[in-house]
Amino acid sequence: MVTHENGGGHAHQHQPPSGFIRKYIFSIDHKVIGIQYLLLALFSVFLGMALSLLMRLHLGWPTANFSIFKGGQMTPEQYLALMTMHGTIMVFMVLTTAPQSGFGNYFLPIQIGAADMAFPVLNMLSFWTTFVSLCVMICAFLVSGGAPIGGWTSYPPLSALGEIVGPGQGGGETLWIVGLAIFCGASLMGALNFITTLIDLRAKGMTLGRLPLTCWTWFVTAILGLLAFGVLLAACILLLLDRLAGTSFFIPGGLVVTDQVITWHKGGSPLLWQHLFWFFGHPEVYIAILPGMGVASHLLSTFARKPVFGYRAMVGAVCGIGFLGFCVWGHHMFVSGMSPYSAFAFSILTMTIGVPSAIKTFNWLGTLWGGKIQFNCAMLFALGFVSLFVSGGLSGLFLAQPALDLYLHDGYFVVAHFHLIMGVAAIFGMFAGLYFWFPKMFGRFMNEGIGKLHFWLTFIGVYAIFMPMHFLGLAGNPRRYSEMTAGPFLIALQPVHKFISVMAFITIGAQLIFLYNFIASVFWGKEAKEENPWHATTLEWSIPSPPPFDNFGGIEPVVYHGPYEFSVPGTVDDFIPQHLAPELVKKA
Amino acid sequence: MLSRRPERGSTAVALAFAVFLVLMTVVTVYIFWAKIWWFPPAITDLGHEIDAQYARTFLITGIVFVAAQFGLALAIFKFRDHGQRASYFEGNNTMEIIWTLATVVLFVGLGLYARNAWAEVHFIGAAPGALQIEVTGQQFVWNFRYAGPDGKFGREKPELVSASTGNPVGLDPTDPSSKDDIVSPVIVVPANREVELIIRSQDVTHSFYVRELRLKQDAVPGMEIHMHFNATVPGDYEVACAELCGLGHYRMHSMLTVMNEPDFEKWEKDQEAANQ
Repeated sequence: MVTHENGGGHAHQHQPPSGFIRKYIFSIDHKVIGIQYLLLALFSVFLGMALSLLMRLHLGWPTANFSIFKGGQMTPEQYLALMTMHGTIMVFMVLTTAPQSGFGNYFLPIQIGAADMAFPVLNMLSFWTTFVSLCVMICAFLVSGGAPIGGWTSYPPLSALGEIVGPGQGGGETLWIVGLAIFCGASLMGALNFITTLIDLRAKGMTLGRLPLTCWTWFVTAILGLLAFGVLLAACILLLLDRLAGTSFFIPGGLVVTDQVITWHKGGSPLLWQHLFWFFGHPEVYIAILPGMGVASHLLSTFARKPVFGYRAMVGAVCGIGFLGFCVWGHHMFVSGMSPYSAFAFSILTMTIGVPSAIKTFNWLGTLWGGKIQFNCAMLFALGFVSLFVSGGLSGLFLAQPALDLYLHDGYFVVAHFHLIMGVAAIFGMFAGLYFWFPKMFGRFMNEGIGKLHFWLTFIGVYAIFMPMHFLGLAGNPRRYSEMTAGPFLIALQPVHKFISVMAFITIGAQLIFLYNFIASVFWGKEAKEENPWHATTLEWSIPSPPPFDNFGGIEPVVYHGPYEFSVPGTVDDFIPQHLAPELVKKA
Repeated sequence: MLSRRPERGSTAVALAFAVFLVLMTVVTVYIFWAKIWWFPPAITDLGHEIDAQYARTFLITGIVFVAAQFGLALAIFKFRDHGQRASYFEGNNTMEIIWTLATVVLFVGLGLYARNAWAEVHFIGAAPGALQIEVTGQQFVWNFRYAGPDGKFGREKPELVSASTGNPVGLDPTDPSSKDDIVSPVIVVPANREVELIIRSQDVTHSFYVRELRLKQDAVPGMEIHMHFNATVPGDYEVACAELCGLGHYRMHSMLTVMNEPDFEKWEKDQEAANQ
């Protein structure tokens, strides 16, 4: 383990590696690893969007012929395979990796004044394990029978009985589970590293009360990951055993599939999987969204030039959400046949989680109130995050009530809810972070004009896609239907699906603008000459862009101030960097 | 962004942002209000009770939605950078306590209020004398079994299941009480009489869903889950599958027909006759 001394002693040995492979491929530098994670997420998000593009094409025009599909039309199993892989790739390879492992890896050590993560080699290992997991999952497309069709939740017995219950449930499903299990391992390693780093490697003066809110959210997210991924790993192993070793953890006796009696399985419970999966799956929602909350809080304060309103309440809310996140998994199971009494308890706990979420929203508005708001792309996405968080969060109040969930469960209302809050809001958090930290990471700015175009198309686009899905849900449209052709009420909803598809094409097209801006800016963007172009306060803005290998040049920074000292009365500048000695603060 | 001068175009961006938020909110609320896409009318008393809870939840979430989005729009426009210095305050404990308590009361209160409807579905069993119907999901059809004149469900055996020979639920012909059981691909129930469903699955998890009943219940292999309702409005209603069950999930579809009692009795007789 790397030891950090508070001044004196032996300065720790951080030599920049030489050679391309040690520097950029098998690097132990947290900044390179952070960028590797971001690139993995960038690849995955475009893959995931491409899959949704095909799905929306089919949902919008289910009877039209497209030459890209064999036979002119997408088959139901192809649709379900796309849907399963879209969900899996987006949840695990984008929403779990980019906000936490990507940005967190890059900026957590710098924001707390450390030279690297606590376990740099483990850090490298967790990235490459994640990479292997992605490759294994993508291989599911290539095996006979294709990718699994059981959805990202992979409920048994559909996921446990093999090819007999559907194409893709053979080799494709096995690869999916193996890939996921590997991912769990990678996430556990990452979580341990984050927790240790934050506890042990904070610079002198970086008390818990001076941690930027981004660090608080990365820390709580890491704790969630540590407690949740272990459970998913166990569930994956049990499911693999059911499939490959003939055990029956999730498969009851007496099943008959297409007139064939399954005699070799007895005594398992499909609900056991659901409990294990959602014990992981609900905290996973917060793993995806908490870092976005941290980034939004950080940016609202920075670009409103005001301290975060209610810093302690914000920290409390993050911890509260993290804790309650483990107490509410049963709200995914109101119609599962679980005890109705526990359903009621889960319901009340879920309504309770609305409270810290509301506290955050109030405090974000309080942070803006009385500020001096600057509208660069990073801030636009942070403001968009707040709007989307409210829109996506409120529908949770319907779904948390079991009596109402009876109607909405497994319908498009749910699809709208989780896409807005867990998907789009989290992605807005990532965009905000990227536009904000891009100059620090690459020494250049992203183009603001193109960025604004990207923001507006995306912001309007996501509302146009996901708001109408609420109405589909109210009309009773079940999710995971490959076409809406089975009954009259679904056929009547076809125009709404068509509208959503068109909006999805436009919004996904707008992401190409982003991709262009990203790539062009890395190479030809306007140079960020200043260390601190945004006049921000946290430690990453006290070092060159991009930062040197050991971040602070072998000198451990000392922290004197809270993270959000903006517009402090009696000072000349409207910000006080955390590392600025009190005697150096210019008094008015 | 580099200077302390107001950022160019900030008024235009602030205005655009605020106008978009207001428009988005108004359009969204209008579509909910006008009920352009909406629930079909409920056909049970429970359904009406659930609808009333929906109305309460819409009211509360609607107010919070409008207040939050308008508040955000106002803050964005009002506090755009026009050269001022930001005011300095780090929070307000009284306000934190007020809105924490307010949301606790509002959200948890709403949750407690919803208890009654849930209790009617699941805490209370079916009324005595309810018509029992066994619902069986299998890839990708529903089958509905009635006990017949003897009022007893006969034995079923997995190895006898054969959809192709007309025994989709595996009725055992050696059991006398299974002889008069009626198996139907559609579900027919009498109006104004309690019906108890016994929901099960032969293969993977399905979910029995009728919009007008406001009910949904997973059919879980290895479990028999009871659900009850009392439909008051005769008519035909679609039955869908709401839990992903394989490639034919989207077409796993049936009909619920609610009939007046005499029509139902006639239907039952016709089925029995066809069974002989």
